[in-house]
Amino acid sequence: MTTQTILPVNAEGLSQLSKQRQEPTWLTENRLKALELAASLELPKLEKMRIERWDIQNYGSSKESGSISSLAEVPASIQELVKDQESGSLIIQRNSGVIYTKLASELAEQGVIFTDLNTAIKEHEELVKAHLHTAVTADEHSVAALHAALWNGGIFLYIPKNVAVSMPLQAVLLTDDEEATFAPHILIVADTNSSVTYVDNYVSGESTKAVTHNGAVEIFAKSGAKVRYATIHQMGTNVTDLSYRRAVIDNDASMEWIVGEMNSGDTMSDTYTILKGNGSTSDSKIIAVGSGSQKLNYTTRANHFGKSSESQMITRAVMREEATAIINGITKIEKGATKSDGQQTEKVLMLSPKARGDANPILLIDEDDVKAGHAASVGQVNQEQIYYLMSRGISREVAESLIIYGFLAPVVSQIPLEGLQKQLQAVIEGKLGQ
Amino acid sequence: MATHFTIEGLKAEIEGKEILKGINLEMKGGEIHAIMGPNGTGKSTLASALMGHPKYEVTEGSVTLNGEDVLEMAVDERARAGLFLAMQYPSEITGVTNSDFMRSAINARREEGQEISLIRFIRQMETKMKELDMNPEFAHRYLNEGFSGGEKKRNEILQMMMIEPNIVVLDEIDSGLDIDALKIVANGVNAMRSEDRGFLIITHYQRLLNYVKPDFVHVMMQGRIVKSGGPELAERLEAEGYDWVKEELGIEDETVGQEA
Repeated sequence: MTTQTILPVNAEGLSQLSKQRQEPTWLTENRLKALELAASLELPKLEKMRIERWDIQNYGSSKESGSISSLAEVPASIQELVKDQESGSLIIQRNSGVIYTKLASELAEQGVIFTDLNTAIKEHEELVKAHLHTAVTADEHSVAALHAALWNGGIFLYIPKNVAVSMPLQAVLLTDDEEATFAPHILIVADTNSSVTYVDNYVSGESTKAVTHNGAVEIFAKSGAKVRYATIHQMGTNVTDLSYRRAVIDNDASMEWIVGEMNSGDTMSDTYTILKGNGSTSDSKIIAVGSGSQKLNYTTRANHFGKSSESQMITRAVMREEATAIINGITKIEKGATKSDGQQTEKVLMLSPKARGDANPILLIDEDDVKAGHAASVGQVNQEQIYYLMSRGISREVAESLIIYGFLAPVVSQIPLEGLQKQLQAVIEGKLGQ
Repeated sequence: MATHFTIEGLKAEIEGKEILKGINLEMKGGEIHAIMGPNGTGKSTLASALMGHPKYEVTEGSVTLNGEDVLEMAVDERARAGLFLAMQYPSEITGVTNSDFMRSAINARREEGQEISLIRFIRQMETKMKELDMNPEFAHRYLNEGFSGGEKKRNEILQMMMIEPNIVVLDEIDSGLDIDALKIVANGVNAMRSEDRGFLIITHYQRLLNYVKPDFVHVMMQGRIVKSGGPELAERLEAEGYDWVKEELGIEDETVGQEA
């Protein structure tokens, strides 16, 4: 069955929007081409789920957001997230546009660029053009195409050669107007031997009307660069989240993904590292909690091209109530990627008889001289364990929560940023209703 | 109030099969009772039924602790009422550290806002671990995960010492322990002896009873207590085995079937 994608904007409207934003011609053309593709391409094929049935047509239209000059003016919904960040590097996107940008002066002096993507295109056109939509390309399926046509706001982060940034840079992406398109694009380029940690939160406001988040993250780690990307998605039941995250990493570069999937609405996410370079390494940690009647489809991928490249992928998901999660891990090792090592683990813990979980580990190996492994498990809370804890006087509720946190702890405790660990812990607590 | 624990006519079954066929036992604070018997006679079932393991269904009888109906209580309520079972096969729980677990157990007995302070808790735990000759690292290890058989048993005793229950049931605490570990565990038990605490030691062998002197010894067969006596009974069982008891009572097969 072919499902026609209803385009939220026509070519004329899109072209006008692009002109209003004073985008260069190549970008306007890119957007228009992508819009055409969106009309002709199919939706992505999800493992064991039909995205056709999801509510994914709620793009609204592009709306300007008024910028703010101080963090005192931020909406209440994100106050907690930006607390004490006055001097830190922080970008806030609200709906279709970025409303606040701040780069710590010592980083600016070192040549770090941290700005909204529109500004970056004006000020660093060649750098952006060389990378934009080259990892997540518009011709993959209609969701990627629509993103390439519609993306707005967005973040550009560039770390120059040999610059090591120790303080994490932060972004907050907020949707609180269902009539506004919410399609941020995150582009990170870490030049040779640089290192950086970037952390963002996807949040929604009080609106209960349906919103589609169609987002893409593209990361390029040049030779010897180290990028750590941490993201927590905590949007409400009204938001359907479609997120493609992709990193292309060169020789001896390393990529670390830390993803907290804490949305309350349906979510499709695809977190993918292309290990292009020899000796490159990738590590992904995905922690997810599902509740209500959420449909969740999480995929982690590692594609090895470089020799002696290493990937590690871990997903742990807790499913409550009637939530359904399909969890896929795909490790692909190409011919010639000798001495590579790809490992993955997916675990699902179900807290109710109506919750569903499915873990699909997939290894695709075209080279003999490699190591690869996978482990997957799906199970209910172990009643023997509950009995044991209760036999020490601990109530059933506390016993269950100890076991749930225990299930997530081996991954959460490995998160190298203490603040993020605490924040994630708090979001998990909220999501588990405690 | 003096501790008083009574089991009357207790019958219990697992998956429809009756294992306990009417147990009667009375214990007071300060007393140590030993339940001995060959494998498959219902000893561990008694321990599990007292604690309220969900797989065992009590069909008849009563259990009271200081006049309160234990069988009416959920597992956690029994524990908070003062019952403690050192298990033969404690669960392993990944991600929950031993110290988080024990702190939760202690705080479960305290009112909200009256939780034990972290520093006091750590001091207490460290002291008790030292007494049991446990590596301090075990406080931060995940609960029983990767512990050897002996380490798990010590960890059970550690919990007993931290929680300070009124009625302690030790289910085969001596199995899998070498002689040094056995002595350490016995010392732990002896250190906890007090006028308001009763012990019920379930064991297959007499050897633990060389270190923890029981006041009463009961022999279990076919799901019942078939013989009771003083410490001399344990000594005779050690010297002569169980055959004389069976002969005396005309029992041919002492087991109650599938119970291990």
